Amino acid sequence: MTTDSTTQYTNTVAVENGETRTVISVKNLNVFHDKHQILKNVNLEIPEKKITVFLGPSGCGKTTLLKSLNRLTDLQNKMRVEGSIQLRGQEILSKKNDIVALRQKMGLLSQRPFPLPMSIFDNVAFGLRIQGLKNKTEIAHKVEYHLKQVALWDEVKDRLHTSAARMSIGQQQRLCLARGLAVNPDVILADEPTSALDPISSRKIEEQFSELKKDYTIILVTHMLRQAKRLADNAVFMYYGEVVEQGAPSEMFNNPKTEILKNYLSLG
Amino acid sequence: MNKKKCEEKFFKWLSAFFTFGIIGLLLFIIIEIFAQGLPALSWEMISETPKGGFYFGKEGGILNAIIGSIYLAAGASLIALFISLPVALFINIVLVKYKKLQDTFRFLLDLLWGVPPIVYGAFGFTLMMVIGLKTSLLAGILTVSLLISPIMIRAMDETIRNIPFGLLESAYSLGATRFEIAYKVYFRQALPGLVTAFLLGLGKGIGDTASVLFTAGFTDYIPEKLSEPAATLPLAIFFQLGSPVPEVKARAYAAAVVLIIIILIISITSRIIASKFSKNILK
Repeated sequence: MTTDSTTQYTNTVAVENGETRTVISVKNLNVFHDKHQILKNVNLEIPEKKITVFLGPSGCGKTTLLKSLNRLTDLQNKMRVEGSIQLRGQEILSKKNDIVALRQKMGLLSQRPFPLPMSIFDNVAFGLRIQGLKNKTEIAHKVEYHLKQVALWDEVKDRLHTSAARMSIGQQQRLCLARGLAVNPDVILADEPTSALDPISSRKIEEQFSELKKDYTIILVTHMLRQAKRLADNAVFMYYGEVVEQGAPSEMFNNPKTEILKNYLSLG
Repeated sequence: MNKKKCEEKFFKWLSAFFTFGIIGLLLFIIIEIFAQGLPALSWEMISETPKGGFYFGKEGGILNAIIGSIYLAAGASLIALFISLPVALFINIVLVKYKKLQDTFRFLLDLLWGVPPIVYGAFGFTLMMVIGLKTSLLAGILTVSLLISPIMIRAMDETIRNIPFGLLESAYSLGATRFEIAYKVYFRQALPGLVTAFLLGLGKGIGDTASVLFTAGFTDYIPEKLSEPAATLPLAIFFQLGSPVPEVKARAYAAAVVLIIIILIISITSRIIASKFSKNILK
C-alpha cells in the first residue's frame, strides 16, 4: 500500500483554532531497522502549544516516529534514521548538535512509568541537578512547583523522601510527568502514557495535558480513538509506517478522505 | 484423579524433593564440619600463630591463615571490584548498540569463568617469574583478583542487563549523559545485585586453594608487607587434613568452621547494606 503525494495533506498546520507556529518539522523521514523499513517518507509539522496526536493501529510506527524526535533511536541496534527533523530550526539528526541539550527540550512520558531508583523528591530534582542547579532552596522550591503542576503535591508532600517505587502506578506516571517538566522542556513526548493506568488515573493525565498545552507543545501517541478525539488539536493518522492523513481532527474524524481511516474510525 | 492433576502433583513433589534434598545435604555438610571442628576450636586456635610442634598436634593456632585469608580475599575482591564495575557498565551502556560485540565479550568471560583455578595459579606463577616477583601476598592478591574478575563481571552484567530499557530511555530523555546514567541511575538500580556479585567473587576468592598454592605460598607468620608470603585458610585446611595425627586432622575441621563463620559474617553484613539501598528500586 502506498500513499502518493496527492493524498498526503502536509505542510499546512491546520489545527482546531486556525493557524499557528511550527515547533518541530519533519521532512522526508525514513527509518530502517536492519533491512525493514519502519517509517516511510514521513512529513510533518508540529504546531506550538497544541496537542498533536499520532493515531494508528499497533505496529504502525507511531512510537518509532516519537522516539526519532529526541533520537532515542540512537539506543537501538541496527536502527538507521534518514531525513530531517528540526526543532525550532535546529537539526536534531545532525551529529554535530548537542543531543543531550536537545533531549532536555523534550520531556518523555513512556507507556509505563519508570521512576528513577531514588526518592520522590530526588526524582524531580534529578533533572535540575544534572542541569547544574546547586542551590538547595531553589531546588526544593522547583520540586514543589512541578509536583503541584501535576497535582501530586498534596498526595506526597509528607513522604517526599520515601521511595518513588512505592507509589501507585498512576502516581508514578504523574511523577514522571513532573520529572520531565522540571527540566523545562519545550515539547512533551507522550507514548501511550495512559495505557497502563486505570480509568481515573488516565483521566487525571488527560486533564493535565489539557492544562499543560497552554505552556507546552504536546505530542501524544495513542491507539485509543476516543482519547484522540478528546484531546487532539492536530491529528496524524499513521498506517504501516506512512502518514496517511493529518490535519484538524474535526475535519479528519468527521470527514475522512481515505478508505483506511474510514475503516479505522468505523472500528474504533 | 485426572491426568492434569496427577502431573501437577508429580512435579510439585519432584521439585519439593530436590529442593529440600539439596538444602538437607548442605546442612548435613555444615553440621558435620561443626561437629568435627568445634571440639578442636579453642581461643588458642584463632588467636595464635603455629608454634614449634603445631603440625604434630602441639600448641599454636591458625591466626596466620585467618589474617592471610582476610588480607588476600579483601585485596583481591577490591581490585576485582574496580575492574568489574566499569567493565559491566561499559558492556551494557556503551555497547548497547553493538549486540555482536556484547555477545562476544560475554562468551569470552564465560570461558574465563570456566578456566580451573590451578591454571590461574600457573599463569600467576609464570607472570611472577617474568616480573621478578617472589611468592608473596601481592602475587596471591593479583592472581585471585584475575580469577574472580570474570565471575564478578558476569554477575554484575546480568544484574545490569535486567534493568528495564525504559529506565534508560527515561534517563536519556531527561538529558542525562552516559556517565550520569551509569553512575547515578544504573549503579543505584543495580546495587543490591552488585553486592551479591561482589560477594560471589569474595566467596570464591576466600575459598580458593589452587590459585594461591604457588602464588601466595604458605607461612607460619602473619604477613607484614605485600612482598611477604601469606598463609590462607583453605591451604591450612589442606595441609592439616593430610596429617596422620588425629589432633591435627581435627584442627582442619576447626579451620573450616572459622572459614564458614567468616563467610557468614560477610554475607550477613552485605545483605544488610544491600537492603538499605534497595528500598528505592522499581521491581
